[in-house]
Amino acid sequence: MKLKNIFLSLLFIAISLTLVAGDTINGAGATFPYPVYSAWAFNYHGETGVKLNYQSIGSGGGVRQIKNRTVDFGASDAPVKPADLKAANLLQFPAIIGGVVPVVNVEGLTGGQLKLTPDALAKIFLGEISTWNDPRLLAINKGLHLPEGNITVVHRSDGSGTTAIYTTYLSTVSRDWEKKVGKGKSVNWPAGIGGKGNEGVANYVKRVKNAIGYVEFAYAKQNNLTYVKLQNKNGQFVDPSFEAFKDAAAGAKWNPDEGYYLWLVDAPGDGSWPIAGASFILLGIEKPAANKKVVKFYDWAFNNGDATAEKLIYVPLPKSLKDSIRSYWKRNGIY
Amino acid sequence: MPPPGFSMFRGINMANQKVKDYKDKIFRATTFFAAMMVLAVIVGIFLSLAHQSLPAIQKFGFFRFISTPTWDPVHEVFGAASSLYGTIVTTVLAMAIAIPVSIGIAIFITEMCPGFLKGAMGTAIELLAAIPSIIYGMWGLFTLAPIMGDTVEPFLQHTIGKVPYLGSLFSGTPLGIDILTASTILSIMIIPFIASIARDTFNLTPQVLRESAYAIGATRWEVIRNVVMPYSKSGIFGGIVIAMGRALGETMAVAFVLGNKHQIARSLLDASSTITVTLANEFTEADSDMYMASLFYLALILFAMSFLTLAAAKFILKERAKS
Repeated sequence: MKLKNIFLSLLFIAISLTLVAGDTINGAGATFPYPVYSAWAFNYHGETGVKLNYQSIGSGGGVRQIKNRTVDFGASDAPVKPADLKAANLLQFPAIIGGVVPVVNVEGLTGGQLKLTPDALAKIFLGEISTWNDPRLLAINKGLHLPEGNITVVHRSDGSGTTAIYTTYLSTVSRDWEKKVGKGKSVNWPAGIGGKGNEGVANYVKRVKNAIGYVEFAYAKQNNLTYVKLQNKNGQFVDPSFEAFKDAAAGAKWNPDEGYYLWLVDAPGDGSWPIAGASFILLGIEKPAANKKVVKFYDWAFNNGDATAEKLIYVPLPKSLKDSIRSYWKRNGIY
Repeated sequence: MPPPGFSMFRGINMANQKVKDYKDKIFRATTFFAAMMVLAVIVGIFLSLAHQSLPAIQKFGFFRFISTPTWDPVHEVFGAASSLYGTIVTTVLAMAIAIPVSIGIAIFITEMCPGFLKGAMGTAIELLAAIPSIIYGMWGLFTLAPIMGDTVEPFLQHTIGKVPYLGSLFSGTPLGIDILTASTILSIMIIPFIASIARDTFNLTPQVLRESAYAIGATRWEVIRNVVMPYSKSGIFGGIVIAMGRALGETMAVAFVLGNKHQIARSLLDASSTITVTLANEFTEADSDMYMASLFYLALILFAMSFLTLAAAKFILKERAKS
């Protein structure tokens, strides 16, 4: 009797799972956009009944999974190079933008007071500028009192897209950095200590006097960390804000023919925040049926998801970029 | 002619016997299968680790890999020396803290503890072993690390740090994210293993022996030192080996407080990395093939290390049992 019940309920679960599976989009990859994708998925499910099953296993895993075609789409914080896209028969487009913000713990300073040039930032992370009252920093921050004491650099200890964006930025603005360290999801840091995850870095920066670190924009904002004003490509000192990220994204030269391969760092424009990055979606070209489902979801998100994204402190794509992506889909016959 | 009933009973008995044999066979096959599964899994893990790490083995070789301290994913230069060093130093330091404390705990519980506390203390220690390691990690990051960085480590610097030679072990800025904090957490995690096994083996010392020792005028210290300890040596040794295996492989608790820095740190107040910490931090985002292979190579080395430790311990215990 009992056994029969168990058997029946198992059968029921199996049947309902297969029924649901017909209307499920499977995706895997980057951890950074996971909160916004799942918020979109929740609303999308409510409106259309289609479920999105997204596993945040990390960008590296996302790329591997879509290459093996075990998922409908992969997600990566680092764009896949055009040559690799061709080799693996993949389509690629950006879906959401995030920024990286240097944060500090300097006595007496609040957010936006400390100004840094790209060169100074690179020198601090290289360990060449090692105190806050270094003349090179005082020259940028005239009239600001900066204490003495050694700067402690805090970086991510785990491999992450945030580090990839940040080190790509440093490599772009500093030849020294490019030569000595380079860019990647984890690099051989010349100075400082490592914290695990955004929370690890934020925790050290808060605790260690005279520390500087870098975290995702959302994390800096939610935790009211002391961010710095950075000088952008046009020579302006800007605060990290939604507008500054949107300006960066709108000013960048996105190229659909290269699968939108672009690092959103050191973007031109007076108001652009210089350290940002898009999170990308990857599709297998030879699976149009699955791709159409994925594209439908992201089209819906582009139309209805901006408010949700901003509430979670993600930066939605600018309209011009969304339009470009829609015609990219159309050209590939999946929209 | 035998009575008709006889052969009938015999038939039933034989049938029963057959069913019994059959059951026995199935039972034996099942247990055999279960036992072989373990072997198959171990061999399978070893083979797949070796297979996945092949590119790194071919590129770096064995001695070069374990002697290179650089770990640079950007330029694809990988060496295990820094992770190996961190693994060994944190384990040794954790054992150095945990062994005396655990044996002290065990002696107190078995020899001196008032009866009403015995049960409670024993349970408390076993509960310590039941706490998931991620909780130790979080606690370490948010509670222990600040205490170590703000109070304990500056104190050590001002006392032991002034001693020549020994003092260099405590140089640097105390941040609380370092080898010392990681070893402290590790030692707390392994104390229950050593303590509860030591307590059980102490309890195994025959009461007669103890009482005879007391009867000839031995002090409590002498009884513990000369009767209880020798009697439980191999048991304690077993506990230590189990604890060491745990310390070698512990991941989450140390990942939060060790800083994952690939360097051979001279000071105990420096950040470092262990093999497991490197794997946990970097596996998900390892994007190049050589990077991936090098991580697998690290895992293979840890696998071999744990295996050799256990094998050596088994061997020593066996030798001791013989003599």
